[in-house]
Parts: sequence; C-alpha cells; structure tokens
Amino acid sequence: MADEEIKMSNSDQMIQRLEQINPTKILTWTLLFLGSIVMITPIIFMISTSFKTGQEVYTLSLLPQKATLENYIFILKESKFIYWTLNSLWVASFSTISVLFFDSLVGYTLAKFNFRGREIIFIAILSTLMIPTEMLIIPWYMMSREFGWIDTYWGIAFPGLMTGFGTFLMRQFFMGLPDELIDAARIDGWSEFSIWWRIAMPLVIPALSALAIFHFLGNWTAFLWPLIIVNDPDMYTIPVGLASFNGEFQMDWEIVMTASCLATIPTLFVFIILQKYIIKGIMLAGLKG
Amino acid sequence: MLKDFWENITLNQKLAITAWVFLLIPIIFYTTIRFYPTFEAFYVSFMKWNLLGSQKYIGLKNYQRIFGDEDFWIVLWNTIKYAIIGVPISLFISFVIAYFLNEIKFGHQTIRAFYFIPFLTTAVAMAWVWRWFYQPMPIGYFNIMLSWVGIPQQPFLKSIEQGLYSVMAPAVWAGLGFQIVIFIAGIRAVPKSHFEAAEIDGAGRLQILREIILPALKPTTIFLVVISTIGFLRIFDQVYTMTSDSAGGPLNSTKPLVLMIYEYAFDTYMLGRASALTVILFLLLLTVSLIQLWLMRKSK
Repeated sequence: MADEEIKMSNSDQMIQRLEQINPTKILTWTLLFLGSIVMITPIIFMISTSFKTGQEVYTLSLLPQKATLENYIFILKESKFIYWTLNSLWVASFSTISVLFFDSLVGYTLAKFNFRGREIIFIAILSTLMIPTEMLIIPWYMMSREFGWIDTYWGIAFPGLMTGFGTFLMRQFFMGLPDELIDAARIDGWSEFSIWWRIAMPLVIPALSALAIFHFLGNWTAFLWPLIIVNDPDMYTIPVGLASFNGEFQMDWEIVMTASCLATIPTLFVFIILQKYIIKGIMLAGLKG
Repeated sequence: MLKDFWENITLNQKLAITAWVFLLIPIIFYTTIRFYPTFEAFYVSFMKWNLLGSQKYIGLKNYQRIFGDEDFWIVLWNTIKYAIIGVPISLFISFVIAYFLNEIKFGHQTIRAFYFIPFLTTAVAMAWVWRWFYQPMPIGYFNIMLSWVGIPQQPFLKSIEQGLYSVMAPAVWAGLGFQIVIFIAGIRAVPKSHFEAAEIDGAGRLQILREIILPALKPTTIFLVVISTIGFLRIFDQVYTMTSDSAGGPLNSTKPLVLMIYEYAFDTYMLGRASALTVILFLLLLTVSLIQLWLMRKSK
C-alpha cells in the first residue's frame, strides 16, 4: 500500500509537495522531528558516554573531549562479554531456525492438508498463546534440573523452539496460496515434503523474514528465562550478563554504558540495513496477527 | 509390505498420513513443553514444596496465604497500575505521532526510524541508561536539567511515590515505536475512496479524523490495547534492573507480579506459592484476552 503512494511520478510529487508547504505543515514537521530526536536521546547519550573517560561522564556534552576506546578494551578484557555475545548469537540463531522450520511446516500442514483432527490441533496450538511464559518457567526449571539442562544452550533455547504465534502467522499466509499449484506439483510426482519446501516456502518469504526478525529479536533481548536457567557466568546471554553488572561496576557508569552499547549496537546495525523489511514485517504481522 | 500398503491406499489417506508425520515432532513438543507444564503449574499450586523436600498436598492454602498477604495486594495493585496508566499514555502518544507522521513525506522514513529504534533495544541495557539518568546530582542528567530551571532535586527511583512511574517511563518509551508503526499501517488500510468522498462532502480535518479514521482504527486499537496491556502486566526486566538495590523497592512500591513470582520461586524456593501466583497472573491475562475477543465480536 505504502509503495503505491510513493510510486507517483517525480514531477507530480514535486508539485504536490510545493502545494502542501504551509506553516501548519512546517510546524507539524518540526514538532515530529524534535520528538524523534528526544526518542533517540537516551541511545545517543549511551553511545557518547561509552567513549568518555570516567571524569568526563558527568558533563552533559555530547562529544567527548578526549574520545577513548578504553571502556571497550576494559569490557572485552575484564568481563566475559565475548562469551555472552556468542551465547546469545548461538541460542537466538538456533531457536530462529527451528521456529522457521517447524512453525511453517505446521502452519502449512494445517492450511493445506485435509485430515480428521485438524481443527483440534489448530485450536490446541492457538490456545498456547493464552499461556504466559511466567506460568511455565517453574515446570521448565524442574524439568531442566531433572534432565541436566541447566547451564546448557539447549536449556536456554528449548522453550522457544516452536511458537503458536509463528504457526498461526504462517498458516494465514499458506492459506493464501492457490491449491492448484500444489495439485499440479502432486500430479508431477513431487513428494509432499518437497512441495512444501521447494514450492510453498519460497512464496511466503516475506512472512518468513518477518517471523525470523521477530523471533531473533525476542531471543536476543530475552531476560527472564535465561536469568533462571543459567548460573555459570560463561553461559550468560547478553541481557543476563548486563544485569550482572549490578554491584560489580555499579558506580562506573561509562563502563555500564559501554556494555549497554555493545548489547544494542548489533540490533541497530541490523535495523539500519533491513529497515524496510522490518517495518513491513511488523505491519504484516500486526495486521494478520 | 510397507510399499504395498502405501500403493493401495487412496490419495486422501496418503495425505492424512503425511500430515500426521509432519505434525509428529510438533505434537511431542507442544505436549511436553507447553501442555504438560501448564497442568503441572496448576498441580504444584496446590502443593507445599520447597524444591528439595517432597511435595505435600495442601489444597487451597497457597491461595489463602497469598490473599491474606498484604504485600500481594500491593504488588497486584502495582501491576495493574503499570497497565492502566502505561497503556492509555503510550497509546495516546503513539496515535498522535502516527496520525501526523502519516501525513508528512519529507524525511518520513528517517523520522519513523528514530521513533522505532527504541523498540529494538534490549530492555536491560536501556534500563541501565535510564537508571543513570535518574541518579541524583551531579551524575543524573534529569536532575541536572531540573536544576537548570530551578526545580529541586527529585529522588525518582528512590522514592515510593515516583519509583513506579520512573520504571514505567522506559517501558512506555520502548513500546511507542511498535504502536506507531501499527497505527500507521491501520490508517493506511483505510480505503482512499473514503477520504475522497469525505473531501467532496466538504468534511473538515477533525471530522475526517472522528468519523472515518477513528472508527476504521477500532480493530487496530483493540489489538494494541490488548498487546500492551499484557506487556505491562508482565513487566519484569526494567524493574529487576532499575531497582536492584532492593528489587521492586523502595518498600515494594515498584514490584510487579512477575518479580514476586521470581522471588518466591528462585530466591526462597517456595515453589507451591510461586505457582499459585502464576495461576493468578494467568487468570488476569486470560481476562484481558477474553475482553478482547468480546470487544472484537461486538465491533463486527
């Protein structure tokens, strides 16, 4: 929808723009712009402080007088930040791949196969959306103790390997695919698995990327469950590691800001590259979900 | 044998078997990781259990103790306050921004990106930034800025009155971007012909807003209200990180339900009581979802 608006010819756009410029418009624009600057102020100060020395933290200046990388060196040397990053990356990637595979497989099965019990399975999976994670953490923790999953990647990742939300989203998209396409492939002798994997999946890539971004981000920032399942500092994810700074470096705000920066910058970087897809994905998921 | 069997059944039977094969691992997952733990949470909520000892059935005692505990009512009220104050504020701000942002073309993407970026941040990382801003002079930026205009120092996180709002602010801040994007999508989904018709009829801006945009946004708004209400009722990361001198402090004034669950379960290992609390949280969230369904049906 948004694209159609943008695809007006350039000259049309120019004329429209000139017609539209009036004091109210300028005021609106200015206020919106100022508001957007306020929104990113905490992030800007976080970044600028990460380059400041301890003495300079208390000055409000945005640019450090003597920019230093020492805080970063300190974090990388004195904390296990590199471990935490790798842990977070590994867990989030593993979990995202699993969700992409299983949620779309289940979504496809529920959308495109006719079999007895389909409705029950769908409603059962949908009903898991009503169950809050907080209710499951105690049983999950007991389970993990029993099977020795504490302080393991599997332990951090297992609760999120499939999601009701993703299944629902993918089912909606697969339902939009024409049945004729699948029937034609069947007649050509394709196996059901390859029809799904090689015909249906490529057609829902926008939905898959939206799901991937959502799920990865959710795992990257997840806090409560990793906090519970991990005790060994070598196994912390980034958020758990960050929270552990409490007490240890509490008064050194420049150190804490540097660590926060290291946690935030990767997502911002990904956002800047994938901005269009992320916004579209959110709109897509929001409207369908 | 198997091959013979496969060749002798109808296509529909083949498809049904394939479907169940595809669903096999997911069914195992949902049974063991979702449904069984759900029943276990209910089950344990009727037990007295401290992790090491054996479980002992005590009926509704956990619930009775919770309802008889003054702290629970404080915590429940805090939790509700996060939602009933946080949701209207954030939805109002995000709607106003979305409404105007939708109209501007120049720099639209960049400005939208700035509003959206906080949504992508890690709550724990940003909780640190906000906690730093809230510090007293000469560290905290908020107090420094207040001193410029001659307003006395504010205690923010250290005060019983201001603590909850100080924790709520970063949660509102981080959620705005998502709500703005959804609102814009909702506004854009209104058919263009409606606007054109209204303009031909000579409707003013306010009239278009009130009679076309707002009614069309009803489903979007219900969706956002529910999503963010559930989000605020489950608030934890910010509280845990920002108030950890005494988590949920001062004097429990910022403590939400999830933090209380966490403390019962993993600080004092009262797993029965903690499970009963999770059941209460579940019922609270379920009520919100049911109200959503009811509203959705009504608006159709």
